[in-house]
Formats: sequence, C-alpha cells, structure tokens
Amino acid sequence: MADSAAVDERGAGGRRELDSAVVRFAGDSGDGMQLTGSQFTLTAALAGNDLATFPDFPAEIRAPVGTTFGVSAFQINFGARTIKTSGDLLDVLVAMNPAALITNVADLKPGGICIVDTGAFNERNLVKAGYKANPLEDGSLTEKVRLVKIDMSRLTLEAVKPFGLSQKEALRSKNMWALGLVYWMYGRDRQATVKWLEGRFKGKDDILGANVAALNAGHAFGETAEMPAEMSTFTVPAAPIAPGLYRTVTGTDAMAFGLVAGTRLAGLRMCFCSYPITPASSLLHALAPLKEYDVLTFQAEDEIAAVAAAIGASYTGSLGITSSSGPGVALKGEAIGLAVAVELPLIIVNAQRAGPSTGMPTKTEQSDLYQAVYGRNGDAPVCVLAVSSPSDGFDVGMEAVRIATKYMTPVIVLTDGYLVNAAEPWRLPDVTKLAPIDVRFRTEAEGFHPFLRDQATLARPWVKPGTPDLIHRIGGLEKSYDTGHISYMPANHQRMTDARVNKILGIANDIPEQAVDNGSEGGRLAVVGWGSTYGPISRAVDNMRRAGKDVSHIHLRHIWPLPRNLGALLGSYDKVLVPEMNKGQLLTLLRAEYLVAAEGLNKVNGKPFLIIEIEAAIARLLGE
Amino acid sequence: MNVQTPPQKLQAKDYVTDQEVRWCPGCGDYAILKAVQRTLVELQVPREKTVFVSGIGCAARFPYYMETYGFHTIHGRASAIATGVKLANPELDVWVVGGDGDTLSIGGNHTLHLLRRNVDVQLLLFNNEIYGLTKGQYSPTSRPGTRSPSTPYGSVDNPINAAQFALGAGARFVARSSDILQKHLPEVLKRAHAHRGASLVEILQNCIVYNDGAFSHFTDKGVQADMQVHVEHGQPLIFGNNSDKGLRFTADGLGLEVVKIGEGGVAKEEIAVHDEKNRTLAFLLAQMQPPSFPVAMGVLYNDPAAPYDALVWAQAETAKKKNGEPDLAKLLRRGHTWTVA
Repeated sequence: MADSAAVDERGAGGRRELDSAVVRFAGDSGDGMQLTGSQFTLTAALAGNDLATFPDFPAEIRAPVGTTFGVSAFQINFGARTIKTSGDLLDVLVAMNPAALITNVADLKPGGICIVDTGAFNERNLVKAGYKANPLEDGSLTEKVRLVKIDMSRLTLEAVKPFGLSQKEALRSKNMWALGLVYWMYGRDRQATVKWLEGRFKGKDDILGANVAALNAGHAFGETAEMPAEMSTFTVPAAPIAPGLYRTVTGTDAMAFGLVAGTRLAGLRMCFCSYPITPASSLLHALAPLKEYDVLTFQAEDEIAAVAAAIGASYTGSLGITSSSGPGVALKGEAIGLAVAVELPLIIVNAQRAGPSTGMPTKTEQSDLYQAVYGRNGDAPVCVLAVSSPSDGFDVGMEAVRIATKYMTPVIVLTDGYLVNAAEPWRLPDVTKLAPIDVRFRTEAEGFHPFLRDQATLARPWVKPGTPDLIHRIGGLEKSYDTGHISYMPANHQRMTDARVNKILGIANDIPEQAVDNGSEGGRLAVVGWGSTYGPISRAVDNMRRAGKDVSHIHLRHIWPLPRNLGALLGSYDKVLVPEMNKGQLLTLLRAEYLVAAEGLNKVNGKPFLIIEIEAAIARLLGE
Repeated sequence: MNVQTPPQKLQAKDYVTDQEVRWCPGCGDYAILKAVQRTLVELQVPREKTVFVSGIGCAARFPYYMETYGFHTIHGRASAIATGVKLANPELDVWVVGGDGDTLSIGGNHTLHLLRRNVDVQLLLFNNEIYGLTKGQYSPTSRPGTRSPSTPYGSVDNPINAAQFALGAGARFVARSSDILQKHLPEVLKRAHAHRGASLVEILQNCIVYNDGAFSHFTDKGVQADMQVHVEHGQPLIFGNNSDKGLRFTADGLGLEVVKIGEGGVAKEEIAVHDEKNRTLAFLLAQMQPPSFPVAMGVLYNDPAAPYDALVWAQAETAKKKNGEPDLAKLLRRGHTWTVA
C-alpha cells in the first residue's frame, strides 16, 4: 500500500496517467536543488495537484563540493488525489553527482527512474562519494532501477554558450536543465518558472538568459532527443480540490500569518524577540518585514534576552513572542518560569530538531514534548500546542494568541524542522470571518490588586504601565493570593500554586473535545499522534481502513492541557498506538494521565515516518 | 464633568510604597533609595509613566519600595526585560536597578548589549564589591585577595571596572557616585535621566554585613577630599583638601598624573579640563584607583546619540508609510495564488 500508484496506462498523448508521483532532486548544496524543488512545487500546484514537500539540506552552508555531507535534496509528492505526506519511496530521483546518488538511491522504489548527470561522475567525485567503481558502468544499479544517464553538464554548457558566461557560471544553470527535463516528463508548463527567473535575475540579462535557455534545453532534450528506453512520460491530473483561492505555504509562512492574524484580532502589537537558531530563524525572517502590521521584531543578543525582552513587551501590553529550537528553549526555561509566576501572556514557538545538545540541527524530531510540558523548575504549568501540518500553523498561531491573552499564560507552540520547511497548498481563509479575540486591559482602580483573579478563567488582570491609579509591582517572588504583595506564607504558596495549576487545567474546558480524525469512537486500535506525524499516520490509517481494518486515527493539537474527553476516548479502544519521532514522550504523558496501556512506535533518524512503517505497526498490533 | 484640577505637586512620600523595607540596618541601599526618591520629586516625573525593573540581589528589591510601576525579574536579565519594555512602549521612563553580580556577572552580556544598543533607560549599578543576598561570596568587582566563603584563601582573579566596561561597550553616558554622597548622587541621577539613551550610573555602595568599609579609604570624611575628584564638564580636574591637587596629562599625552599646584612650578593652567565628550579622557578617569590616584566621581562621559528604541520606531514608521495600510487578506495573497473552480 504505497503512497503512489499508476491507475491508468493510457494517458493523454501517450503519457501514462498517474494517481500521484514522488520526485526527489538531489545534488551538491551549491547546485540549487532547493530552488529547483520549490519551482517544481509551484508548477505542480498551478497544475492543480495536491502536494507535500520535504526539503532536506545539510547543516553546512557550503560544505566541500562533492561530499556526501554536502548533499542537499528536495522531495515532492504530488497527485491527483489528497496528498498527506512527502512520500515514502521515490518514483524519480535526479542525482546531480555521485554523492547525491550514493546517499539517495536506496530510497528509490524498485524499477524507479534514476536520472544522473554523467558529467559529474569523474574520478574525483566518485572517490569523494566513496565509490570504488563507477556505479554507472558496473551494472550495480541497473538491476534495481531504470538508470537514465545524461551528460547534463555538457548539454547545459552548450545551451548557454551564447550568453558568454564563464564555465563555472554557466554550470550553475544545470539545475534548470534538469528541471526542464522533469517538466517534460510530467508534461508541465515552464511559464511560471520563466516568470520567476525573470524576477530573480532582473537586470542580469546574461544569467537570466542562460537559466531560461537551460530550462528550455532540458525540456527540448526530452521532446526531441532519442530518449533512452528507460525514460517514460507521465501525466498527473489535477486533484479534486475544494474550490477557492490557493497558495502554497511552508510551516513558517503559516505560523507567521497565524501570529499576525491572532495579534490583529486581539488588537495587540506583536513584539517578536528572537535569537537566530536552525531551524527556527525563518520565522524571524518572515515577520521582520511586516512592520505595517504592528509587528516589531528584535534580534536579541542571546536566547535568554530574547524571551526576557518578549516578557518585557508583554508587561507593557504588547504581545511578546519568542521562537527557538530545543537548545534555545532550554536557555529560556527560567524566564518562562518568570512569565508563569507573574502571569503574563507569552508565546514560545519551538521548531524542534534532532537532539540532544546541538544534535542534528537541520534534521527533524519531536523530542521536546517533555521540555515543553515539564521543563521548568517548580510547579510551572504552561499551555502546550502542537502544529500538525504546514498550513495548520495558521490556526495554531491564532489559538496560541487567544489562550495566552485570555489566561495570562505562556503558551509553547511545538512545530518541527520538517514542518517549518515543508510546503503544501493552502486554501486561503476568509479573514473577515475569523473569530475575534477579546482582550481587555484593566483600568478600573476599584478593588484592584495585580493578582485578583477572574472567577471563570482564574486569569489575573492585564494592566499597562502608564495606567493611572493602578500602580503596582510584580515579580518572581511568591505573592499573596489576597493582596498581590510578596508572601512566604505556607498556606498561601499552596493556594497560589493550586491556582496556577488549575488555571491551566481549566483551559481544557475552553477547547474542543478531542475528535477522531478518521475512524470510529471505540474499536480495536487507536493510533494517537501529535505534530508532523499527521501526514503518514493519516495515510496509513486510511489505507488500513480501506483494507477493512478496525483502526482509527486521533491527532492532538492540545498537548497540555489535554482535551477533557481524551481519557474516555482512549479507553474505548482495545489498544492504543502512539507513533512519535522520539523515544516515547507523548506515550509517557498519556500513560501517566490515563493509566492507558498504550504502545509506542518510535523513530529518531532525522526523517519523517514512512507510511509503510506505521502500516506495519498497525498490522502488528492487530495481530496480523 | 470636565473640570481639570491642577496636578498636585508630588512629594517624596508620594514615591514611597506601603512595603516595609527589608535591607539590613545601615545598608547603603537606604541612602540610594532616598536619593532616587528625592530625584524623582525634583523631576516631578509622573509615577504611572515610570517603571523600575530589577533582577535578583539585594539591590533588586528596589522596585518594591518605589511607588511607580515595577518589575522584579530574574537574575541578570533586568536589562533584557527593560529593553523589551522600552521597545514596546518608548513613552515609559525606565530605570534598571542591579548589583555588581546581577549587572556584571550573570547579566554581563545583557549590560553590554543594553549599552551598545543605547536603549533609553537609566541603569543604576549598585556596586558593593560583594554578593550580599547569597551571603558574602566575592563578586566580579571584588579586589584580588578578597576573603569570602567561596574564596577562603583570598580571590585570585582580576576584578572588572564597571565604568571602563561601560565605556568599552560603547555607552554614551557613564557616571559614578556613592551612597554617602547625598548631594552629589541626586545631581548625577538627574543628569542620567536627562540623557536620551542608555545611562550607566555606578553607585558605590557599602555592604555593612559582608564588605563593610570597602570604600572607606576614599569615602571617609577625613580622606574624601584628597581621594576623590569630582569631575565637571569644562572645569579643571582639581581636588584635595585645599583644592591644590590636580590631574595633568602626562608628557606623552597618553595618561594622567597627579600634581600639586604651585609645587615644582606647576601652574593651574596645566591642569587638565574635563570634557564629557572625550571618551579617551573618560577611560583615564574611570580607571583611576587609590592610593596613587583619587577616584573620579560625577559624569565621566556624556556624548548622546540616537537611542535604539527611537531608531526602531522611526524605521517602523517609515516602513508603514511606504507599505501602506495593513491588509491581512492581501498579506496572505502575497506571491503566487491560483483559483480552483
């Protein structure tokens, strides 16, 4: 039950019609594979496909040329049906050098198409990649895959000759040549990419000309040259997509939009304070230009200063937001505790990456759930939300603003390295229909003290400094429940700790009950996920259900507090499976909260789950 | 009713909170608190527009005793939090209060960046050369040989000089005073308040319990005049009981030396004149230490530049004018969009 399949051998113009296809472009980090992939994505979206992408790039900005650790890849799964993951195995691999081949060829499906640039398969590159013999010559590949050998380097040089570029510059158009060829394979229009190139190389006519020429040459090569027998052409029709206006969004874009929308709905200025860290920095980049949306961005001197400045901003009545990845969030821990103690709104976006310590900065993981839920000194509960797909960041961003301001609490939003870079089509919401977020600042002096609690939410009042007659002090020392002044009284600390805990637990009454994403309430097996595992779990459960299996998918957005019906819901299944890209963190939480005998499926190799991995686990638990 | 009553003139007591002050009896912090309250009375600053932000330490209790808005935060981070306060609302008058450990040890990085960014706040550094709240360990400003619970054989590391650190960080206003200079201190605080941008005021403060008398060799009544030079812009750097000592540039022009006016033919005209805008002179003054030199008190350096918060807001205003009205729907449509019918 793979994620892509041919449905019809007769396509238009002799092309084979496919339900979906998975293509990966892989090359040196300087080969422009990310650009190539994003152009292919845009064109697929414009052709009406549903899609999901997985950019996978090295931590080094410019790793030594030709090395395996310098390989940058971009994978896209596009289809005539709903696409939920970036795909398990590849239908087509484009490998621009030996290092790209050796690191990626194993992901190609048996009989898949492997297009290589023979021009890059010289002795030096083969040695760097670790090949003892040339794999294009020794027959080692042809048994498994359909190898298409093309000297793309030479053909690119010929195509761009009229533009008088140096050889080095000319070869930089090689990616466009490859893109042109793959466009031809799938019968794709080049116009959107030409337009994009025109924008990118405005005023550099020679480079623009070379790139367009290479793109066209790759396409023409497919059309006119005597293509090897291994090559096929395909068509992937438009997917049945709900009507509306669409764009592609990355997880970063959607989160930025969600936070902007949320703060505007709340009528607040956003004060986004951050310190660069992979893979979180792109959120700072996305928000920094948006000054007319009352977004103020601050690149602090370190992670601690970033969260501290955000708290300072929230103290004045703006909404302080900070972002980081696990190591940075660790540094912010004490300050998050301060925000818990002084009960100020604060949003912390954690783009999780593979750990511990520096770990693998550009590789994805979901291993900061413990840190988010438990990772502070003292009983310091916060609200924790998780993003499940790139576009989901929009809703989660708004939800974080709503909860942070309504409950005067830090909210940690967990996203991850996969989600922030991955893209999918997104039907634009009608922004006039978004639910308003009601924020009130206290100005009334009568009966005021800074820790007076709203009886319904247990939230304290938000007061802007500058407000006459409400002058007060707050701080990290324990405060009297009744006056807001410093208090070390034992009974008072009990009461305040209970109030802080109950305030957060009470959020469970203000969020939707947990729904079953696919399947039934009750049954033999529930697969419970959170975060970016949504895609593979969703597809795997869907496939298994189509095969008649009694399995359901539950996916959590609210990690803390958990939805109020979750315990009962989980209890209605014989078995519970929790797939996670960590060693079992949600699993522990669910077991601890509900004494449920859930089992984990755990993977930490820096890559998202494959659908088949989850299908296998489902089959195992169902005893098949 | 729209009748405006003339605002009552604020008294010193109006800046006093109902909280019992919990510093040790005889602590220098009491005198600083009084001096700050007196300064605010003189300036008649609106209490609701004033925010005191502190970190952790004895000095950091300060906000609880000021009838203004106040935020007692976490160790070392007051400057970072104050930066957020000032960025989000530049209208607020922000004072940061911290001790030598808070400001120069755990929070040293934030002090550096607050100063080099030139965030428009007053940073009051209560320097008592010891850790008080944690019970007497040596601090980054403790002199070598300081015996403390953590250095029973005496400290061996080199202390930091707060004023030099500030100048090195690019501060545009650096001043020094002392808890016992009850006339001098409010004057320095007023200057710091008038300065737009980050103003560092090092206040030498006696810790009566763990480091009593740390500064007495230049603050005691009998030696004060001989061991302190009070600098004033445009005035010669003269000090001494009989105002007969002065600071003169060395022959190579790269240092200062103490001379006695009239002795060995030294004329008063040879005495260096204080220039607040001369950063090199400020460095020379900042580093002077007894016994060979007097301690420089007053505004060592004051050469204002545009504050960070003002620049950030000006840039945002320019961008807003250029980009036009915010439009969320338009924002979401940026880049390629397509319609599915």
